[in-house]
Amino acid sequence: MDNVKNLEDQFQARIDAGEKIEPKDWMPEKYRKTHIRQISQHAHSEVVGMLPEGNWITRAPSLKRKCTLLAKVQDEAGHGLYLYSAAETLGISRDEMYEQLHTGKAKYSSIFNYPTLSWADMGTIGWLVDGAAIINQVMLTRTSFGPYARAMVRICKEESFHQRQGYEILLILCNGTAVQKEMAQDALNRFWWPSLMMFGPPDDQSPNTAQSVKWKIKRKTNDELRQRFVDITVPQAEVLGLTIPDPDLKWNEERGHYDFGEIDWTEFWQVVKGNGPCNKERLKAKVEAWDNGEWVRDAAMAYAEKKNAQLTKAI
Amino acid sequence: MKKEEWPIWEVFIRSKNGLEHRHVGSLHAADATMAIENARDVYTRRQEGVSIWVIESKHITASNPENSGELYEPAKDKVYRHPTFYELPIELKHI
Ligand SMILES: [Fe+2]
Ligand SMILES: [Fe+2]
Repeated sequence: MDNVKNLEDQFQARIDAGEKIEPKDWMPEKYRKTHIRQISQHAHSEVVGMLPEGNWITRAPSLKRKCTLLAKVQDEAGHGLYLYSAAETLGISRDEMYEQLHTGKAKYSSIFNYPTLSWADMGTIGWLVDGAAIINQVMLTRTSFGPYARAMVRICKEESFHQRQGYEILLILCNGTAVQKEMAQDALNRFWWPSLMMFGPPDDQSPNTAQSVKWKIKRKTNDELRQRFVDITVPQAEVLGLTIPDPDLKWNEERGHYDFGEIDWTEFWQVVKGNGPCNKERLKAKVEAWDNGEWVRDAAMAYAEKKNAQLTKAI
Repeated sequence: MKKEEWPIWEVFIRSKNGLEHRHVGSLHAADATMAIENARDVYTRRQEGVSIWVIESKHITASNPENSGELYEPAKDKVYRHPTFYELPIELKHI
């Protein structure tokens, strides 16, 4: 027991000194478990996140927009893959992670349980949802676990295009007809609050934050990141000429930040628990894609084995 | 019938001629050909490479961090392997 305590102290000293932890290094079991959970849930979010946008690929208003949306959705698939690989270095298999997602044991970001009703939603998701993800992910490029940090660096390089293409969609709608601008405002009205919820529960209801900060998994708290998002986003909404649906939103000279209204955390927990507008639909789509692809996976494996056997025989 | 997972491959990419292949990450594929194709899609969507190496992860032997002491510490006290160890007059040029 003393031995473990000693190892834990040494581990914490390495973290405090700003060293990165690599997969084969000794680590506390809880550090490993926390990472498996966090990285796999992050991966699931990237992958499920393809669904609401995939919904609009066939209905994009021009070939340019269709190419862009396809490229973005393909990037999100890539993000999922980088992250699944990072989690695998900790000793969990890909199949196990999929299993956890498909049985509902593992969560993914709640934002993807909201429907995408209009083309303006593609703009709003790029602007707000990818925008919120960027703030979180930029922080995570400095996280203490090497493979996670490296995946984040790769992801962050690709995210900026996601946000800019989204903002451009809205810019065009907002400079278009009154109906188009209304469409943009409606999308903002629906996505604003769920976007703020993306940063997770408030600090005083987030019991794991202290440990995560100590291990340098997180470098900022949920509330700090949320405030940063609001401060950055409000002026961007002004450029579009859109109104953020929060009557309490106003600049606080003293704090040097925007004050904003109360978030409806009951809604957040309802969606987390599976009662959001699209939870069932999203999970069903994922499970069906996995099940329908089984014969392809098996056939590819059988082919590889057969080729291998032929090669061995020839030698 | 549920078969086992596709094996894991490590991916190395040369970003341009003149530079070495560098490890970029890993992926799953049934065989080497598919591993290269998947690596193309996952790791070179923005012209990040001109050449790809893949190797099944199980074929890599890694040093154990627990042996770091015996492996790397002996080099620590061999400061005489560095040019700065030798004190020469400052007026001396090109050396
Ligand atoms: Fe992403
Ligand atoms: Fe993205």
